[in-house]
Amino acid sequence: MAAHINRRDFLRLAGLGGVVFASGLAHSASAATSKDSKLEEFYWVQLSDTHWGFEGPPVNPDAKGTLRKAVQEVNRLPHKPEFVVFTGDLTHTTDDPAERRKRMTEFRDIVAGLDVKTVKFMPGEHDAALDRGKAYRELFGEPSYTFEHKGIHFIVLDNVSDPAAMIGDVQLAWLKAHLAKLDKNARIVVFTHRPLFDLYPQWDWATRDGAQAVDLLMPFANVTVFYGHIHQEHHQMTGHIAHHAAKSLIFPLPAPGSLPKRQPIPWNAAEPYKGLGFRSVEAAAESASKYEVTEYPVNKA
Amino acid sequence: MNTRNLVVRSIASALAVVLLVGAGSLVFAKAKDKGERVISIKVKRFEYSPKEITLKKGVPVVLELKSLDVPHGFNLPELGVRADVLPGLTARVRIAPTRTGRFVFHCDIFCGTGHEELEGAIVVKE
Repeated sequence: MAAHINRRDFLRLAGLGGVVFASGLAHSASAATSKDSKLEEFYWVQLSDTHWGFEGPPVNPDAKGTLRKAVQEVNRLPHKPEFVVFTGDLTHTTDDPAERRKRMTEFRDIVAGLDVKTVKFMPGEHDAALDRGKAYRELFGEPSYTFEHKGIHFIVLDNVSDPAAMIGDVQLAWLKAHLAKLDKNARIVVFTHRPLFDLYPQWDWATRDGAQAVDLLMPFANVTVFYGHIHQEHHQMTGHIAHHAAKSLIFPLPAPGSLPKRQPIPWNAAEPYKGLGFRSVEAAAESASKYEVTEYPVNKA
Repeated sequence: MNTRNLVVRSIASALAVVLLVGAGSLVFAKAKDKGERVISIKVKRFEYSPKEITLKKGVPVVLELKSLDVPHGFNLPELGVRADVLPGLTARVRIAPTRTGRFVFHCDIFCGTGHEELEGAIVVKE
């Protein structure tokens, strides 16, 4: 409880008040997750779209320093997160398989500096689409998996190793079989790279068969999705399921459809690192579908 | 899961190619019967050629797409049209524009470093 108060105090003093988001079916929003599990309060950190290897001074003259700054910022948090998750596009794409592995190795070495016990990864299309995830698997393991942490069932979905941006029938069957084992009130968090819904297909901000995954998740009362890909904070509901997109750590992109073209927002020397950042996500103890999301900048390191 | 995944994907891809060729031929035969204009588009990393196509509202056309290198996509969400553009095959899609405007199409099969810039537009005029 003391840690809880201290963390809240820190956020307040740092002017970083989080926003509480609730998903879940109305009748079960504050229900226990299942008969034999109790809710625990804890938090994790989400970093996304680091694009290690990207070069483009007009949009980020500190492309080699931003990720390191983010690592320092995470390490400065007064309370260690339970884990850190990277939601894809760890590296910027390259046609050269050797360079791809070099970038992944460098990325892995840098984030090894995170002072946390557990770091979870998943690929983005920049990491995995050109070789169907071969290099990613060599360096980081399977691109889709599940894990449990303090009463939450986490599911990592790969919607990028297929260059057509599909989850695919095999993975969907795996997801279906996996969900069949869970209580309908289970507390479920999905991590993925691309939006599972049609956020803005004109800019390829969608997953071609994402609706099938959402359909499979729909019978579950407490599901929340955290993803990346669009390089900005974004929050949307599909039915009772909340979807939260994270900022990038290399360059921001414009709001969906706000400009004729999807292109990086140029660096502003007067406000360096504007639009970049990472977030903490606190799982609430009082509700299975409530999360407090706090956005952090990277320009303090 | 990986080996099975690959086998299933290979079979699915082969079936998709068969269906794609069949559907494309059907679109082409129907268009030919109706005397509709056929517009050829070449796709390569990272360019559609032509990049911009002007159509007349109410006049249907068939787009005939060929890849010069790797698999690409042709996705025109605002007009509800998409196709895989695979090397060695011709993809055909029919467009019957019912409204004027500029409609952007893009590649939706990740094709390399310039993938995100691979796009073009259909301009529909009165």
